[in-house]
Amino acid sequence: MLSAIEIEKISHELRHVPVKKAACIEALKIVQQERRWVSDESVADIAAMLEMSAAEVDSVATFYNLIFRKPVGRHIILLCDSISCYVMGYTALRQRLHEILLIGYGQTTADERFTLLPNACLGTCDHAPALMIDEDLYRDLQPEDLEQILEKYH
Amino acid sequence: MERPLTQHIPDNGAALHLREYEAVGGYSALRKALRDMEPAQVSTLVKEANLKGRGGAGFATGMKWSFVPMNVPGPKYLIANADEMEPGTFKDRWLLEGNPHQLLEGMILASYAIQATDAFVFLRWAYKDAAREMRRAIADAYTAGYLGKNILGSAFSLEMQLHTGVGRYMCGEETALLNSLEGKRATPRAKPPFPQVSGLFGKPTIVNNVETLSWISHIVNNGEAWFKSLSYTADGGTKIYGVSGRVNKPGAWELPMGITMRELLEEHAGGMRNGYRFRGALPGGASTDFLTDAHLDVKMDFAGVAAAGSRLGTGTMVVLDDRTCPVGFVHNLEHFFAQESCGFCTPCREGLPWTEKILWSLENGTGEPSDLELLERHARLLGPGNTFCALAPGAMEPLQSALKYFREDFEQHIKEKKCPYAHHQH
Repeated sequence: MLSAIEIEKISHELRHVPVKKAACIEALKIVQQERRWVSDESVADIAAMLEMSAAEVDSVATFYNLIFRKPVGRHIILLCDSISCYVMGYTALRQRLHEILLIGYGQTTADERFTLLPNACLGTCDHAPALMIDEDLYRDLQPEDLEQILEKYH
Repeated sequence: MERPLTQHIPDNGAALHLREYEAVGGYSALRKALRDMEPAQVSTLVKEANLKGRGGAGFATGMKWSFVPMNVPGPKYLIANADEMEPGTFKDRWLLEGNPHQLLEGMILASYAIQATDAFVFLRWAYKDAAREMRRAIADAYTAGYLGKNILGSAFSLEMQLHTGVGRYMCGEETALLNSLEGKRATPRAKPPFPQVSGLFGKPTIVNNVETLSWISHIVNNGEAWFKSLSYTADGGTKIYGVSGRVNKPGAWELPMGITMRELLEEHAGGMRNGYRFRGALPGGASTDFLTDAHLDVKMDFAGVAAAGSRLGTGTMVVLDDRTCPVGFVHNLEHFFAQESCGFCTPCREGLPWTEKILWSLENGTGEPSDLELLERHARLLGPGNTFCALAPGAMEPLQSALKYFREDFEQHIKEKKCPYAHHQH
């Protein structure tokens, strides 16, 4: 069931759009903000509220890279794997992250602290390689920087 | 050398807020246009300046605006495409974070020119600082009367919203962007009808790039002759160029349109890092053809780069050095394109993963001599005219040019059954 806050926020978005469906992405963002991910149940709840089918909402949810349809950790690590970061050695960062966290792409640490995901170009190519943790951008990285950075997140 | 777009952005990149923007002449172009100019005059001025779109395609901005039907009632939309997601591209970020009001003023002027009723900034998710600055700038512009009803006492009204995306390269394609703003999957639409006639929610819509829109206030204030005088070539204005890769000073700079690749690499990017040699570069993001050291004197404008067999694209160059494997480099690009294909049309959905797998097998020593022909066939069959939008043809540009300029590397991978580069990385 959608929470009162979710319903209120989605209703607010509905005031800005000419058809209910148009609030689909915003509704997914709202639910994810509240629950970190979007469950089957939430997909059905959004569908009911926006007068769409659950399949239709899911087709939108699964299309976008940053809507999570599986549970994720408390912090999301987005490692840039695009071309400038490739040239500047992002693969060494990925290797180090695997060593520290013992997880691969798409996986979450056992303590639910981190989920590791590859991400297309973060648009900071003059400071490659780069990654983002939640809303924080880290640039000009060396593998040996990572441990200290990760310690900031609990 | 004039740098109209970036001269007021402090060296630390911090945003110019409303009062600071006004103190350097901000919103004077909007005052002037609303007081002295008809909407059509703004369009004509932009057309005469021959401002070409800075998002990658280089289409004439004034021409694009002129397709909007002016005599139909109901809503019309103006959208700033701030979904900068072309790998190797980091120029709009500078403008969004550093001078948000310059973009807003350009958007308001563009909206006035086409008589738009609503404007959107379509911003990519990862640009958190830009989101914060844009949100503040929009709120400040409302408070100051530059947005909302009867702007500066005129008959013109405009509402503006910030939309942050949820991550998908396709959203940069203008019709896919419209679908995404409508809450749908970001798949491209059939054209015609063009968005100028039937765009967002079926209403006339203009989508322009951030750097393009940031020009409008300057052109309104200073005129088309001034705009043209900034450039070294027939394409007017300055351009924000960037360089990334193993150069001494990667970065972005606002420079006269048409400087040479050599100047950009040697003078601004400080040349190659010690121990690395230049082998080639994608001149304007991931979906442009390689240029090589034979092209260093090419002028970096739309016509110059096109004559050399590539595209200016976004003007942000990614350098390939002699210690990075060209096959691995292209594999990285094709992996990106295969992943970001929306899956809507078959050649792109099937062809890109196939291309990626062939390149992967070359890198891993299981390539066959016939693979080169297969790659060439893909470059042809996923080229212009065979797919629904420009994603796959763009993806083929670095591949086809790599096969041309770095062919011996591809052949060596097959012959030696391994990647010959010591630094090879997957």
